[in-house]
Amino acid sequence: MSFTLFLILCLNGLQYGLLLFLIAAGLTLVFGVMGFINLAHGVQYMVGAYLIFAFTALTGNFWSALILSLAMALLIGLLLEYAVFRHLYGRSHLDQVLATFGIIIFLNELAKVLFGPATLTIATPEILSGSIQLTEQLRYPVYRLATIGVGLAMAIALFLIISYTRTGMLIRAGSTTPEMVAALGVNIKQLFRIVFGVGAMLAGFAGIIAAPIFAIEPGMGDNILIIAFVVIIIGGVGSISGAFVAAVLVGLIDTLGRSLATELLSFVFDSSVANQIGPALASMLIYILMAAILVFRPKGLLPAKGAS
Amino acid sequence: MNTTIKSAATATALSIMMATSSLADDLKIGMVVTLSGPPAALGQQIVDGFQLALDQKRGMLGGQSVELIVEDDELKPDVALLKATSLVEREEVDFVVGTVFSNMLQAIFKPIVESETFLISPNAGPSTFAGKNCNPFFFVTSYQNNQNAEVSGMVANKEGFKNVFVMAPNYQAGRDNVKGFNQTFKGTVTDEVFTPLGHQDFSAELARMSTSGADAVFTFMPGGMGVRLVGQFDGAGLNDSMKFMSVFTTDETTLPGQKDAAVGFLAAGNWAPDMLNEANKAFASAFEKKYGYIPGGYAMQAYDTANLIDSAITKTGGATDDKDALRAALREADFTSVRGDFSFNNNHYPVQNFHALKVVKREDGKFHTSFVRTIVEDYKDSFAGDCRM
Repeated sequence: MSFTLFLILCLNGLQYGLLLFLIAAGLTLVFGVMGFINLAHGVQYMVGAYLIFAFTALTGNFWSALILSLAMALLIGLLLEYAVFRHLYGRSHLDQVLATFGIIIFLNELAKVLFGPATLTIATPEILSGSIQLTEQLRYPVYRLATIGVGLAMAIALFLIISYTRTGMLIRAGSTTPEMVAALGVNIKQLFRIVFGVGAMLAGFAGIIAAPIFAIEPGMGDNILIIAFVVIIIGGVGSISGAFVAAVLVGLIDTLGRSLATELLSFVFDSSVANQIGPALASMLIYILMAAILVFRPKGLLPAKGAS
Repeated sequence: MNTTIKSAATATALSIMMATSSLADDLKIGMVVTLSGPPAALGQQIVDGFQLALDQKRGMLGGQSVELIVEDDELKPDVALLKATSLVEREEVDFVVGTVFSNMLQAIFKPIVESETFLISPNAGPSTFAGKNCNPFFFVTSYQNNQNAEVSGMVANKEGFKNVFVMAPNYQAGRDNVKGFNQTFKGTVTDEVFTPLGHQDFSAELARMSTSGADAVFTFMPGGMGVRLVGQFDGAGLNDSMKFMSVFTTDETTLPGQKDAAVGFLAAGNWAPDMLNEANKAFASAFEKKYGYIPGGYAMQAYDTANLIDSAITKTGGATDDKDALRAALREADFTSVRGDFSFNNNHYPVQNFHALKVVKREDGKFHTSFVRTIVEDYKDSFAGDCRM
């Protein structure tokens, strides 16, 4: 394997990891700060993708559609919080799982009713649609580079907000001792609402930037939700920096594993056996990592401070 | 008193209704297809294709009015089994038409054929029922699953490809297609890559592809996977350096999503919507007029299935009780298939021509596969020899 090919794999892994981070960031905050299990988080990712599809069709322009979609994703997140989730904060985890699972089914079906069951696509925006020539044979799409840039910027912004702003401080405080924060006169419900809305918007944003690459279909958020849970368990529940490290790690392991597992195995076994085991092993890698983390560092790689 | 009269009246009304309904529908056909989730588009094509044939014959097949019961298998074997059992036991249908997917067919096969009801598959054609487990009550109007990939190997030979990169999802059908291709392709297979089913990001595979030195790629990526792959293939700029050849990846169900990125891509199949025989011209234009989209192979095969039943029922004079006579009538396949010549092999799988197809953009901006040339005539599957029937 050439160095350039390895580089491309790393870029892909990074890009996938950053996408995962956008989803996991919201999930880990909602789970960590509110102790709320939101299975419907993955469906927000799908909602984002369908929003950009609908608004691009409506406005004919990716950028204005992007802004409209983000606003709408935030609105839908807040609406779900108002209509469903706020009634579940005090309830048991099983109730939360059932209710949010219901939302998955409802929104998946709604997408099918509104847009049809077929897979939809949108074009990448004009100025990002080219590809960069890396070597004679290898080219890398500009759009993917742009998503890496945007993902990194988002991660840094989130980290700064959580670490250095008043809201961020309250979120961190609220995650460990919500009663105390409330006793100090902070409207904790309001805080939760903000966290929830922003989390939903981030997942929606991930869906938006993924739409031109991965295509849009009902149920597209279901798989990514599972991976996002893997990410927050590896990173440590409630920890933004943990989610970031874990997301990038999972992205890299998954991408590199898929390409290298079969090749590495073919040194040991003959090629047909390697071809049988390789793909199966590659798709297990991140779960093996999660299991190892649960055994050796049950609180995750970078647990949130003071998290119980 | 009043209630007695009322209930008596209701009972009479009911019995009249029941009598008329059994009079009105001489032929009961159950359909088990996938109408949930992303693959629902495939099932819908089958329903539409069958319905079109029914409508053209004013709701009658072989002169008998038809009651069509459509069931969704939800792509779950247990659900498929439940629905199929209720079709044969409670509804006592004369035919079951289904399924889209081979694993659904495996699930419903036994209870249907054991109840001596005819099962006709408008799409799934697994090898399992083509060889020694072939069954007198089972017919296939599509193809045997391996054939399209085998023909793709021949297309690759014909196109003069020397090195081909092969990729498929890591499950039974994926591996079958790779095997089928390798069987007939005479050049070198540079890589064999198996991805997870429902794969999202093909970038790693695409990077491998571009350094593999292959002059073409052969793949089987049905549904959403195909849409993503084609888009990413285009995004990585591979369109200029490699030929793209596939089965069930760029068809009429996925092309509305793939659009320009797929134009010029090669495929192999038993039919294309622009094939020039009269029956097909009539079918394709009537279908598009009625449903507003270009029919794919699924719709075509369902349309042919309805016409096959029509021809058989005509031959038996409307009778369905004599199973042997009905089977003999079905076997003759005395109908005009829109794909051209069509007959049944000894295992009740089709003997038909296979063609090289190419994706084109029509003047009105819609996309479809287009006939290029016939690759092999009267092609039989390789399992029929094991069938004792």
